[in-house]
Amino acid sequence: MTDYHSIAQQALLEPTGLSDNDLANVVGKLHSIHGCDYADLYFQYQKSESWSLDEGKVKSGSFSIEQGVGLRSVVGEKTAFAYSEDLSIDAITAATNVAQAIGRQNQDYQQKIVWQRPETSALYLPTDPLTAMNDEEKTRLLALADKYAHAADSRVQEVTANLSGVYEVILVVNNEGKQVPDVRPLVRMNVSVIVEQNGKRERGSMGGGGRQGYEIFTEDQIKHYSEEAVRQAIVNLDAVDSPAGTMTVVLGSGWPGILLHEAVGHGLEGDFNRKGTSVFSGKIGQKVASEHCTIVDDGTIENRRGSLSVDDEGNQTKRNVLIEKGILKGYMHDSMNARLMGHELTGNGRRESFAHLPMPRMTNTYMTAGDYAPQEVIESVKKGIYAVNFGGGQVDITSGQFVFSSSEAYLIENGKVTSPVKGATLIGNGPEAMQRVSMVADDMALDSGVGVCGKDGQSVPVGVGQPTMRIDGLTVGGVQL
Amino acid sequence: MNTNLSTSGNVEVTSDHQKKGILVETSVLENAADKALSIAKQLGADQAEARLSNSLGQSINVRKQVLESVEIHNDRSLTINVYNKHCTGSASTADLSDKGVESAVQAAISIAKQTEADECFGLADKELLAQSGIDSQVLDQHHSWNSSINDLIEIAQRCEQAGFDVDKRISNSEGAAVNTHEGVSVYANSHGFMASSRGSSHSMSCSMIAQGKNDMQRDYWYDSNCNPRMLADAESIGRMAGERTARRLDGRQISSCQVPVLFESTLASSLISHLVSAISGGALYKKATFMLDRMGEQIFPDWMNISENPHLSGEYRSSFYDGEGVATPEQRTIIDNGKLASYVLGSFTSRKLGMQTTANSGGLRNVRVSQTGENFAELLKKLNTGFLVTELIGSGINMVTGDYSRGASGFWVENGEIQHPVQEVTVAGNLLDMFGDIIAVGSDVDTRSNTQTGSILLEKLTIAGA
Repeated sequence: MTDYHSIAQQALLEPTGLSDNDLANVVGKLHSIHGCDYADLYFQYQKSESWSLDEGKVKSGSFSIEQGVGLRSVVGEKTAFAYSEDLSIDAITAATNVAQAIGRQNQDYQQKIVWQRPETSALYLPTDPLTAMNDEEKTRLLALADKYAHAADSRVQEVTANLSGVYEVILVVNNEGKQVPDVRPLVRMNVSVIVEQNGKRERGSMGGGGRQGYEIFTEDQIKHYSEEAVRQAIVNLDAVDSPAGTMTVVLGSGWPGILLHEAVGHGLEGDFNRKGTSVFSGKIGQKVASEHCTIVDDGTIENRRGSLSVDDEGNQTKRNVLIEKGILKGYMHDSMNARLMGHELTGNGRRESFAHLPMPRMTNTYMTAGDYAPQEVIESVKKGIYAVNFGGGQVDITSGQFVFSSSEAYLIENGKVTSPVKGATLIGNGPEAMQRVSMVADDMALDSGVGVCGKDGQSVPVGVGQPTMRIDGLTVGGVQL
Repeated sequence: MNTNLSTSGNVEVTSDHQKKGILVETSVLENAADKALSIAKQLGADQAEARLSNSLGQSINVRKQVLESVEIHNDRSLTINVYNKHCTGSASTADLSDKGVESAVQAAISIAKQTEADECFGLADKELLAQSGIDSQVLDQHHSWNSSINDLIEIAQRCEQAGFDVDKRISNSEGAAVNTHEGVSVYANSHGFMASSRGSSHSMSCSMIAQGKNDMQRDYWYDSNCNPRMLADAESIGRMAGERTARRLDGRQISSCQVPVLFESTLASSLISHLVSAISGGALYKKATFMLDRMGEQIFPDWMNISENPHLSGEYRSSFYDGEGVATPEQRTIIDNGKLASYVLGSFTSRKLGMQTTANSGGLRNVRVSQTGENFAELLKKLNTGFLVTELIGSGINMVTGDYSRGASGFWVENGEIQHPVQEVTVAGNLLDMFGDIIAVGSDVDTRSNTQTGSILLEKLTIAGA
């Protein structure tokens, strides 16, 4: 069994000789502010690399190391935060002074920390992707992507492929005496192509990854990414203008789950709901989606990009049912918002790095499977759009208005998928769109592992997923009236 | 470990007076740059370049008049690029100790051994570089904001209160924030070039929430400047945030249609940013842009000019040299009487295209768009009946084809008068057509962003709605 505590000790505390006593003093200083509810330290060591190929050659690579500790003190709704890239006890102690911005030091503060070192029940192996494979082998993976993309179709003009890996060790130390470590690998590969036919150019891209080593990028997997990128680009060469207006939309399984991330997920994050700024605020127990919708945020799926063995506050991640058969069940929380709302912890406290404050964030967000066959869902539509691939999305959580932009979509005419249409933005209102979900298929799938979610300037890796589903009325932002 | 750098993240706060951290002396970064370049040479690199920076900042957030968070930022970094027989490798670290610098350089060297050569890789040509050690002080970019944390809290409170006071339907708030930032940066390369600059960027923002009978809306306002004394006053920012929020209540969809569209100046610059991405070297040499092979073509109406102005005083992004040390011009024309006059290139991409760098490693600096002179009210008259866009969401742009489709909110306008708020619609077209369809650029320039333009009126776009 892996001893995560010794990995964290070695990576984060030993280089500067930080002792338990030092940690107790520092976290005690942060906690000694009058009325302090909570104080923690977040130690992080992260090394990352990225390799990229274009014009048939692996021409560039980069490597980066970051380390530091974030210090936080919370009094009610107030948070004081500072960080130090220098892990010496003097530098860290000096950074604790930030706590005085939110309260006065309690001179009678008695610090009595009994350390608890819970075992990490890991959802992924503590692999270091950067060293587990040699650099020559990594560049060979990219060359394969180039080979398979060019082999797939003679209209392929440009192939760009990227391979990136992260190895991260964290340790959360809090005033309750918890020391919680985690070791987090993360890899990603992406293949992007440009195809050309009669002077017309189009792009397609595909990729995947997870909390594993580069060995998941097998020759077959890379071939699949390359051929899928080429297929998408070729489909779009023949795309006609997308219709404009409100119509029935069928979304494919997997990555189109970005709908749920935008239309529902962000609006159910605890901070917005505590503050009453979300369209879903105060609606627990109410019907916010059709009875076909059961939506889950699950940080506990092995090896997934959005999964975490523990969140960035050292709490176990969970499978949280957000909406069950249309009824809103609960929000996603970090420790501060759970405490202030009197809710249970959900294991959704996440941060981009030691230099950022944790917030409630999603992990892997998806809709559970329904009963229909995907073909039945398509055949039920007389006239509409079938959208299977998307770029990004965005939401205004206050009005509930969300968008997501399709990169591969088709017309449905009389129950049949016909011409491909150009990419268009789909727009709707979260609760209204979810009420219009009328059919859910049995082909639930998670995405391939490429999602990045941004909130308040912080990026974190996430997953999404869903079965094929039908929405009776979503506005499609095409140009054809 | 260099003692000047070991104070990273430190703050000293006494009961009500607060001392910020101090930026490192430029010489500390310069010494680390020298060290990095000499190690690179020792390890056999033909060429190398180093970028170093240290920045300090504070973020104060107040919500419903109560302090919500105080954040202290202190970051430093070194990025080293090495070139060996036209193979390149790059590494970065926050550890500027001798040991940290050495291991970063070693990492870059070892990557360069694994990558394949491209003869276009390498430093910028020596004769194009700015004068080494050029003094950037004349650009007037560095102003500390020395107010105490308590004073900054009080400013944020006044800002938010002004937002609440606008309208009784302003029921809630996402808060007001004050952010201070200052930094020092050094660029050095093995041609013997080394230069440094100091700059600051301070901002104040406010985001309010309004409750209507059937809907809830949010909107915001902000200002930003390198000189804190030049920032708009707190109350005016809060008031704008409140007004912009309240006016969105009771928004509705409109039916799909093709009408003239006015992009408010706050977001009109996004259209120009799409142009800039489309004429950037990386997109051009990979043929990933709808602007391929259009040099000299009429893209915009013939009265329109767009330029960059890298030497403007008092602008955060001004610089006498670009990200590779290449001397920047005082002004460069991008669009000349509507025709494409320049691409946006650095050394690598310019060599790929067989051209010369345009000193745009790191992007364009201070983009200015010419105007037709109408103020906002006159633009509304000119729009007559159509859609005024005040917010865009999503990123539905295909840069290869120029196809454009984004979510939008704003106002329906008839006979030059605003009728009602609009939400949950999209605006769609093709960027190349959109550039050609510009009818007017207003005098209501948004002076906060790198790309400054007035509101932009387009002859027509497709709106998708009910």
